[in-house]
Amino acid sequence: MANATFQIWRGEQGTGSFIEYATPVSEGMVVLDAIHDIQAAQANDLAVRWNCKAGKCGSCSAEINGQPRLMCMTRLNELDLAKPVTVEPMRSFPHHRDLVTDVSWNFRVKKKIRKFTPRRPDAPDGTWRMQQEDVDRVQEFRKCIECFLCQDVCHVLRDHHLHEEFIGPRYLVHAAALEMHPLDTLDRREELRKAHGIGYCNITKCCTMVCPEHITITDNAIIPLKERVMDHAFDPIVKLVGLIKGTTPGP
Amino acid sequence: MTTELETRDHDVLVIGAGGAGLRAAIEAAAAGVSVGLVCKSLLGKAHTVMAEGGVAAALANVDDRDSWKVHFTDTLRGGQYLNNWRMAELHAKEAPDRVRELEAWGALFDRTPDGRILQRNFGGHRYPRLAHVGDRTGLEMIRTLQDHGIHQGIDVHMEVTVVSLFTREGRIAGALAYDRERGRFRLFRAKAIVIATGGVGRAFKITSNSWEYSGDGQSVAFHAGAVLQDMEFVQFHPTGMVWPPSVRGILVTEGVRGEGGVLKNSEGRRFMFDDIPDNYKAQTADNPEEGWRYVLGDKNARRPPELLTRDHVARCIMREVRDGRGSPHGGVYLDIAWIKEKMPKAAEHIRKKLPSMYHQFKQLADIDITTTPMEVGPTTHYMMGGIRVDGDTQMSSLPGLFAAGEAAAGLHGANRLGGNSLSDLLVFGRRAGEFAAQFARAHSASTPDAGEVKEATQEALAPFARPTGENPYAVQHDLQSLMQDLVGIVRRQEEMVRAVEGLQKLKARAANVGVTGNREYNPGWHTALDLKHLLTVSEAIVASALARRESRGGHFRDDFPDKSAAFSSFNFVVKRAPDGAMELGKEPIPPMRDELAKIVEEMK
Repeated sequence: MANATFQIWRGEQGTGSFIEYATPVSEGMVVLDAIHDIQAAQANDLAVRWNCKAGKCGSCSAEINGQPRLMCMTRLNELDLAKPVTVEPMRSFPHHRDLVTDVSWNFRVKKKIRKFTPRRPDAPDGTWRMQQEDVDRVQEFRKCIECFLCQDVCHVLRDHHLHEEFIGPRYLVHAAALEMHPLDTLDRREELRKAHGIGYCNITKCCTMVCPEHITITDNAIIPLKERVMDHAFDPIVKLVGLIKGTTPGP
Repeated sequence: MTTELETRDHDVLVIGAGGAGLRAAIEAAAAGVSVGLVCKSLLGKAHTVMAEGGVAAALANVDDRDSWKVHFTDTLRGGQYLNNWRMAELHAKEAPDRVRELEAWGALFDRTPDGRILQRNFGGHRYPRLAHVGDRTGLEMIRTLQDHGIHQGIDVHMEVTVVSLFTREGRIAGALAYDRERGRFRLFRAKAIVIATGGVGRAFKITSNSWEYSGDGQSVAFHAGAVLQDMEFVQFHPTGMVWPPSVRGILVTEGVRGEGGVLKNSEGRRFMFDDIPDNYKAQTADNPEEGWRYVLGDKNARRPPELLTRDHVARCIMREVRDGRGSPHGGVYLDIAWIKEKMPKAAEHIRKKLPSMYHQFKQLADIDITTTPMEVGPTTHYMMGGIRVDGDTQMSSLPGLFAAGEAAAGLHGANRLGGNSLSDLLVFGRRAGEFAAQFARAHSASTPDAGEVKEATQEALAPFARPTGENPYAVQHDLQSLMQDLVGIVRRQEEMVRAVEGLQKLKARAANVGVTGNREYNPGWHTALDLKHLLTVSEAIVASALARRESRGGHFRDDFPDKSAAFSSFNFVVKRAPDGAMELGKEPIPPMRDELAKIVEEMK
């Protein structure tokens, strides 16, 4: 078996450096396999999050050769093993230890988005009727495994650190899934514009490019959501009603 | 080293945040008690996300002949009648409401043409019964419960692992845990505790389970004095990936067969037609043409033999491999691509119905399942056994300690039907939450004995005092190999006796493992602590498997290949003897209520 070299970020609370490890590689291996081998044989205390190892739980997000990826779905044969492979934690979140970051902000953000609130059931037995084509788009959004790679790569969060003003692509997808849910009755457009900062997204599509579930985040979720929000904010009738009630949404 | 404790008080503490734990927490919170929910990982990452095929419930949306009675009898037949029949009854009756409730909380299942929840075929289910979302039903379910649960005032403790339980005056009093991030201890005082920690797959080398499934719940319950049951019944799912080596064991959903996938050996033969058990002959197709009509929804057709129960399909695959008719990497072929002979736009259909499988094979094995057969073989998947509970309340033999989902025993008997796990989580998660809340209201708070807590924290920290001790990963790997080789799908007396001896040696090694580094997010330490649980459940599995001198469901004995009536009327149980040793016993299965016995008779 050939050896490959990995430079793994080790350290705590933002301090640290790349430490080099060599480990044997075999057919079909993914980055997470190499990390596990190194952990078992050379560095028992190497901190890493993982669960399903099949691309379904979204735990093992990291930056591999600088690219935000799931370690369990990144095959070694797609990387250039002639050079060391770098593996480092997601950089948009506070560093905890080695490859582990503090992603708790994401969980707090989700709580701020008003929850699903269905219309009254369609049938006397308390059930609803929906056509498959009406649920297709929302099902796309619900494929999200909450790996937070889209949050990691989004420049509004990564470079501008607007975590208090902007909920990030993951939660815009979540909001889109609620807003476009055939049964949901709430209108979240106002808070999307104000509290959730949808306007900060300038559609660079980085999130879409890194999504391991291939959700077309920008085109299918964020842009339609932006249109709804703008239609609502600049709708002359809404504005008129708002003027009368004194609740005109500002620009 | 500091053993300082943070103390948290909850009326009900739920340990485990997969489907069962979340559902239990939601129900307990709805009852108005204070609820803590402990997750070993981040919220929403539990193994429920891996469930693919669907959730079984007799909604009768696709075939109106379905009813709770058919589901009930299917579950018992699949479990070879060792099931807790009361649980099988409640499960079949309540599953439809639990599925509809998910829809009310935002889940979006695939639809029938008239707009209702679509249901698909699955092994051992007489009619199409599995509500599903492509092949990512588990993700839909856990996300729905998570998104609903976070608004119910539940205190969520993420990345916290429980190491032991405490009792006071004969009932549960609390739990000791550590948080992964800082490695600090947390003492939970609770009036009632629900164990929903899932399975034990990590005791085996080839498994579909993640690192979390080390039998923590079963083990801490056992050490606290609760009774375990049916521990010999481990489900080896017939279709796991076998190649490349690094993905060996990852699950390939039974939904592939539900959508028309067939199993073939190296000679191209559909070998499942060669061995159809007598009790399934009447409902199984005897030719490929009839099998395909069943897949298309012909109500007069019987189901293809690929959809026989998992225990049987796994053994048939083992037989083909053993007799030299396997695939190059020691499995058999699972072919869904063949349906292009039968339908237009087959590739598109496959990608729509089985998107995760398409993605998984493409990315991990360079195989396009719309054109090429998959190589598959059995993988350790599910624990039918677990904590013995009351069928109605889910309370264990230890007052105040409840269990639900995979960690509990009873519903599935000797073999679980696919799809019955997700419904199990919902039905019994809800019941456990309801009755735990009731118990908490009826009892005053209690406090674990300070001496016992101190002892438990010191035990947990002991590996740090042995920096030159053995590598915990080495012990874990040897344990997994031992269980795989000696207590796997095919079991023999002399091999299991060797396993018993081997486990004793591993116990001695586990007592001597060392940990390097500090307490903050240190997987070496976590692995060292998991060893105790892995060893406890492994010991229970071997003891029960040795005693069951017959073959039934997930338990196959090469030296006793037939089912024996002598083993049909009781469950094996294990409990802790006063000296701490494991004691094996039998619990008779109570006679079924007359009206249920009549239903079983009618459906035969």
